[in-house]
Amino acid sequence: MTIARIVVLTTVAALMAAPVSAQISDGVVKIGVLNDQSSLYADLAGQGSVVAARMAVEDFGADKKGLKVEIVSADHQNKPDVGSQIARQWFDTDKVDVIVDVPNSGVALAINQIARDKGKALLVSGAATADLTGKACSPNTIHWTYDTWALANGTGNAIVKTGGDSWFFLTADYAFGHALERDTEAVVIKAGGKVLGKVRHPLNNQDFSSFLLQAQASKAKIIGLANAGGDTTNAIKQGAEFGIVKGGQNFAGLLVFVTDVHALGLPVAQGLILTETFYWDQNDRSRAFAKRFAERDRGIHPTMIHAGVYSAVTHYLKAIEALKGDDGTRVIAKMKETPTDDPLFGKGTIRADGRKIHPAYLFEVKKPSESKAPWDYYNLRATIPADQAFRPIDQGDCPLVKK
Amino acid sequence: MLGIPTQALFGQLLIGLINGAFYALLSLGLSVIFGLLNIINFAHGAQYMMGAFVAYFLLQWAGLGYWWALLLAPLVVGLVGILLERAMLRWLYQLDHLYGLLLTFGLALVIEGVFRNEFGSSGLPYGIPPQLTGSYNLGFMFLPVYRAWVVVFSLVVCLATWYVVERTKLGAYLRAATENPALVQAFGINVPRMITLTYGFGVGLAALAGVLAAPIYQVNPLMGANMIIVVFAVVVIGGMGSIMGSIVTGFALGVVEGFTKVFYPEASNTVIFVIMALVLLVRPAGLFGRTA
Repeated sequence: MTIARIVVLTTVAALMAAPVSAQISDGVVKIGVLNDQSSLYADLAGQGSVVAARMAVEDFGADKKGLKVEIVSADHQNKPDVGSQIARQWFDTDKVDVIVDVPNSGVALAINQIARDKGKALLVSGAATADLTGKACSPNTIHWTYDTWALANGTGNAIVKTGGDSWFFLTADYAFGHALERDTEAVVIKAGGKVLGKVRHPLNNQDFSSFLLQAQASKAKIIGLANAGGDTTNAIKQGAEFGIVKGGQNFAGLLVFVTDVHALGLPVAQGLILTETFYWDQNDRSRAFAKRFAERDRGIHPTMIHAGVYSAVTHYLKAIEALKGDDGTRVIAKMKETPTDDPLFGKGTIRADGRKIHPAYLFEVKKPSESKAPWDYYNLRATIPADQAFRPIDQGDCPLVKK
Repeated sequence: MLGIPTQALFGQLLIGLINGAFYALLSLGLSVIFGLLNIINFAHGAQYMMGAFVAYFLLQWAGLGYWWALLLAPLVVGLVGILLERAMLRWLYQLDHLYGLLLTFGLALVIEGVFRNEFGSSGLPYGIPPQLTGSYNLGFMFLPVYRAWVVVFSLVVCLATWYVVERTKLGAYLRAATENPALVQAFGINVPRMITLTYGFGVGLAALAGVLAAPIYQVNPLMGANMIIVVFAVVVIGGMGSIMGSIVTGFALGVVEGFTKVFYPEASNTVIFVIMALVLLVRPAGLFGRTA
């Protein structure tokens, strides 16, 4: 009994114990990068986002301008309670002025509220839920890179238009998956398609065979993956094993990052259609950024989340410079009224609801024969102009927007 | 039944057995190590992950495919296990279980941290061997050939291990050595070496499971951390140290988990722990365990 008890206790401890690293320091402008640094979203955000934030500070030339900027980072382990605790400590005792990135919509929604209560700034790049600029919009938050509405609008629309009119969803069972499923379902139904069924799987699921079998039995033409990171790659890889594509069904990866394609390899990933707002191989500026980035992050090429962190921090520092102050609410207001301009996303704007506006791109993953170098993965299929890429401001139910 | 066609249930049953095969293989290694060394090997998940990585390295660096990996990865990782046993674990046999557990748990964190730092968290691709691609059409589902292979192979390995430990002279020595090492040594049997090799064998089993898993999941530094918690629950349910217990429980819980994914998918991560709690309430020594 004692041994069994020890094992049980340790098992419980192991469930809770993942590495926590919160670096404590003091400074004038203090940027806290908060994301998943140890689990399924660690490559698509993780340390790469810290690298991107550092590059933004260096490129801004903060030192030369006499602006002292510090960056701290921590791992929220995809747990809203852990993330909230770190955010409170950062804001209350560590003098952090702005939190950036925060993939995992569950954590982002929790911190959205904390930042608002404490009058601090939150720049979201990693999280997807469009609720951040909808019901939960805040004068202290800007949602930078992409959102579930944009993904549904890009990938969902394109697939229904090419004949994929019956869907079955595999959905990650938390705020992000639910939002992505909801937004995609709306697009599918609006375009005349139908949803035959859905199944909700736990976050960070290993084996998808059971869910794939249910999807297969539904006879839907399209299996929509409303999940991300390791969940998406595992589902696609195991789908190949169960002959999903051979059987005439197709996957719609509703949120696929370049790191996921890298992990899957082109033989498995080829032909996937996906929506992103940034790809490293778009132009000379993005390629130059990717080269510098890869040298500092284990050869990984930047995802749109990394690019978004760079772009958001750049714009944030510009607003600080203009205001000569770092009060969270005022900086966010300043950021909203100033047009954005950076090497990765070009010129853009930020709406009253906190939505950063730029074009989105519909990509198709290359065949192995088309790829000329490592990380050469996407063909551009279509560009969705900035004014159509995101949910119209009057449809989000954001209380900040006057009707 | 319950609104789900019988045919679909057959499919889910089969898939449960496949996942159960991994649970069985991993909990078997744990049981062998615990039963004979009294060490609670929390590094088992990391060793499973290392097995998959060795398979990946063999392919990338030496051009050796799956079948070689199936043979070599358990040997390589088993050897690492033997070094670990000689260098560290053997000093802990006289102490409380907790020390061995803490050491192996710490090692697992270190090993996984190093691999994650080096290879990231997205995982690396590893293909299914060409001889085992494709699938059988069973009428009610497509059964990938590779998954069928996993079930059959694991079952053979599990039963062979059970047979060696419970039915052969070597196994009898092993079991005697756990009861009374001094006496067995007095009969001229090299007990320390036997224990070392046993640990190496248990670790090799973990690595073997890792090679089997590589083509199904990504070769991922986190694959062991995700698995080990469940596997320990399986071992506790089956009864610590009971070899047949871990095999039967492994397969059975795979099936239970599979059905949960159909009827209430949201709970599929937790169902095994609920069962663990219930079993501990009713039979603290586990389903197949002997009460000490």
